[in-house]
Amino acid sequence: MMRGPAAKTLLAVVFAALIISPLIIKRFASPRSDARLDRKSALARHGFYLQEVSHAAGVDFVHQAPTLDPRLDHIMPQVASMGASVSIVDFDRDGWSDIYVTTSKEGAKNALYRNMHDGTFKDVADEMGVADVNRPGTGVSMGAVWGDYDNDGYEDLLLIKWGKPELFHNDGGHGFTRVTDQVGLPPWVNANTALWFDYDGDGLLDLFMGGYYNENVDLWHLSSTKMMPDSFEYAKNGGRKYLFHNLGNGKFEEISEKVGINSRRWALASGAADLRGTGHADLFIANDYGVSELYFNDGKRFREVGKQTGVGFAPKSGMNASFGDILNQGRYSVYVSNISEGGVLIQGNNLWVPKEGTSGDQLQYENLAREFGVELGGWSFGAQFGDLNNDGTLDLYITNGYVSLDHNRSYWYDFSKIAGGHRTIISDAKNWPAMEGRSLSGYQTKHVWLNDGSGKFIDVAQAVGVTDTYDGRAVAFADLWNQGVLDVVVANQRGPLLIYKNTVTPDNKWIEFALEGTKSNRSAIGAEVTIFWNGQKQVQEVSGGCGFAAQNQRRLHFGLGKNPQIERAVIRWPSGEIQTIDHPAANEMHAVKEPQ
Amino acid sequence: MSQQSVPMTAQTAGFAPWKRFFSPENRYLAPAFITCILVVGHLSFGILESYRKTGIAIVSSLVAELILGRIFTGKFPNLASAYITGISVGILVRSPAFWPYAICAIVSIMSKYVLRLKGRHIWNPSNFGISVLLFLAPETVASLSIQWGNYLLPMLVIWILGSIIIYRVQRFHITATYVVCFVVFAFARSFLTGSPWQSEIAPLTGPMYQLFIFFMITDPKTTVRSKSWQCVVVAVVALLEMILRLNQVVYAPFYALFLVGPVALLLQMWFDSKRPVPVRAAA
Repeated sequence: MMRGPAAKTLLAVVFAALIISPLIIKRFASPRSDARLDRKSALARHGFYLQEVSHAAGVDFVHQAPTLDPRLDHIMPQVASMGASVSIVDFDRDGWSDIYVTTSKEGAKNALYRNMHDGTFKDVADEMGVADVNRPGTGVSMGAVWGDYDNDGYEDLLLIKWGKPELFHNDGGHGFTRVTDQVGLPPWVNANTALWFDYDGDGLLDLFMGGYYNENVDLWHLSSTKMMPDSFEYAKNGGRKYLFHNLGNGKFEEISEKVGINSRRWALASGAADLRGTGHADLFIANDYGVSELYFNDGKRFREVGKQTGVGFAPKSGMNASFGDILNQGRYSVYVSNISEGGVLIQGNNLWVPKEGTSGDQLQYENLAREFGVELGGWSFGAQFGDLNNDGTLDLYITNGYVSLDHNRSYWYDFSKIAGGHRTIISDAKNWPAMEGRSLSGYQTKHVWLNDGSGKFIDVAQAVGVTDTYDGRAVAFADLWNQGVLDVVVANQRGPLLIYKNTVTPDNKWIEFALEGTKSNRSAIGAEVTIFWNGQKQVQEVSGGCGFAAQNQRRLHFGLGKNPQIERAVIRWPSGEIQTIDHPAANEMHAVKEPQ
Repeated sequence: MSQQSVPMTAQTAGFAPWKRFFSPENRYLAPAFITCILVVGHLSFGILESYRKTGIAIVSSLVAELILGRIFTGKFPNLASAYITGISVGILVRSPAFWPYAICAIVSIMSKYVLRLKGRHIWNPSNFGISVLLFLAPETVASLSIQWGNYLLPMLVIWILGSIIIYRVQRFHITATYVVCFVVFAFARSFLTGSPWQSEIAPLTGPMYQLFIFFMITDPKTTVRSKSWQCVVVAVVALLEMILRLNQVVYAPFYALFLVGPVALLLQMWFDSKRPVPVRAAA
């Protein structure tokens, strides 16, 4: 027994050390390069530099928020807090990426920026017929995804809204025809996510659409103010999900319930990728106010395996779903963004990495966001994986910030108060305290996490030129200038569209693939390319929409690092066809058509 | 939080098992109740961050208690109190990291051995640990602040069962006083700030408060002696909480108890020291 002064002193010292240990841990956690570097230094240190060029490129687009039912006036900034989206498409098949962006003010126009090949863009949405889509009474835009649903070679436009979803057929790159009424889309969906994918492998693109608010809610004419989530982390009173099966005759059949997708969680983001190597794209849904859902797809039916795989265990505020082979192992990790606000709510973002030794139906994930250094991203929204410095590993760009109003006054206290309340309180908008111009996780700095290839990411946003603090929503990657690098386009809520032009050290090589299906859907969505080089491999899949309210360029971009020796590229088409290209040349874009 | 217990009596010796279980002498009543909340809450709604994190908190708490008890008292202590502390930390602390669960549990237990005056600890252990962590590591740690599921029934079950247990261990007056004060002050805040009264009441309907009012503010080891003063102290806690809430302090209840609890105990000790010591008559 030790009860003497020495033991008590030792105990007190250990006690004091433990109390101050959080401060020490904070000091050494999360490596971050805060210093802003000039272009030359950034190139030397990190291998790339991003320069915001939207105005110089002729893009002066500013998102505007909607004005909803007056009974939501007191919390309008946080309810009308989405709708800025960006999707990349080569709508006229000229080989240059164009940009479609949405706004959400009633009567305001979306923009389709045609790439003029000279570093500038021109808004042609009006003349193409896809601008005036926010007419009062029809709802307002929330996002757009492109896919060639009729396999005519031109990407068609699916526009999701808090309102009536719209489908526009691309008429040979010369204009668009609204075909909404012919194809059988529902009259009203408060949707925040949609994606194209060929779930059954029949060569025709099908369409998933995820509702956020219940589809019976008209946010401009509320029948009741009880339209908010009935729980902050267990809500199941959101919008329904839709899976539209492409019948091939210009019509779609809604089959979600028939194939096992039946959820009323508050979907904000979705992505599809073949996570098990079955040849069928599995469906991941990031839900706000609850757990994420993962649906394994056997080609005919889906089954929800969120709990079984580990991704549907802890409820958070999912706002992004993107896939990346971050360890160059030929397997996808999934990144889900959530909310982290110091002193109030620390959900942490999720980086779902496949567990060693699990695969197929036994696939399981573990959240390694903390270990990899990509956990705390503020009130995170859209994120994308891509090799920003062409060093051969996938980096992660994430935007964030919810409502930036008064710099000095925060709504967080009131928000946390109501968030803990019982469903009868939280679900009724009239019970929510007024925002009164206060910010809610506003003016946040962004994160550009550079992958060191060994399981660590370091934040270099400030160093490489990403210094904006707008309320970011959607992020999309595209090689806008056809120079073998990934540029970044960011859509901001009530803020400007930003185009970050990328400059990468020429020492690092790259390769790109533009795929076109024949037996498979012509957009080649779901096709998978695995590059084998220098004793390593990386897999990427053509996506029909991923991140948050975003779609990357159709072509796949691989960074290869210095002196790459490419052994082969293996393409697995959605039809099941395997195509191998031996020793494809680096620093080239390879256009590949599926063998007949 | 600490163990609910009162001095042993022989009154229940011949009672039926269920009565003995719900008797004030049963020092495992509170641990059983909080375990019940944890298991039901997690199986129904997945309330835990993860099994491992809660496990770390419980194990850290138990190990710390065993080691410190053995060192400083010369015997292995009963672990019911440490178990409640560990499980409370496991539920109330929210962090993506593992270390806060271990540090919070260990600091909570250590506070009982370090921060002592006249042979008794003056802070409720888990209140101390959680408050310190929330204050020093806000970028990594938050506290439970959301609903367990969407349903009224689980909440009613916890309230009713908790009230019965707290009544049996003769601490109901503390909980009742606090709840009444909270509601009164909630309407006062609503009047002062213009916020809907429902939003001011809302925190009381959440699980954080269920743990706070049944386990933390009623801790016999860190409350004053007399019933009436216990009610006064807890009313002061609620009052300070209101003041903190008016200043938009998110974790107002924890901080209010952190500040008021020890002051009340110190005042009681001071008053006790001023009382004349009874002089035993010489034989």
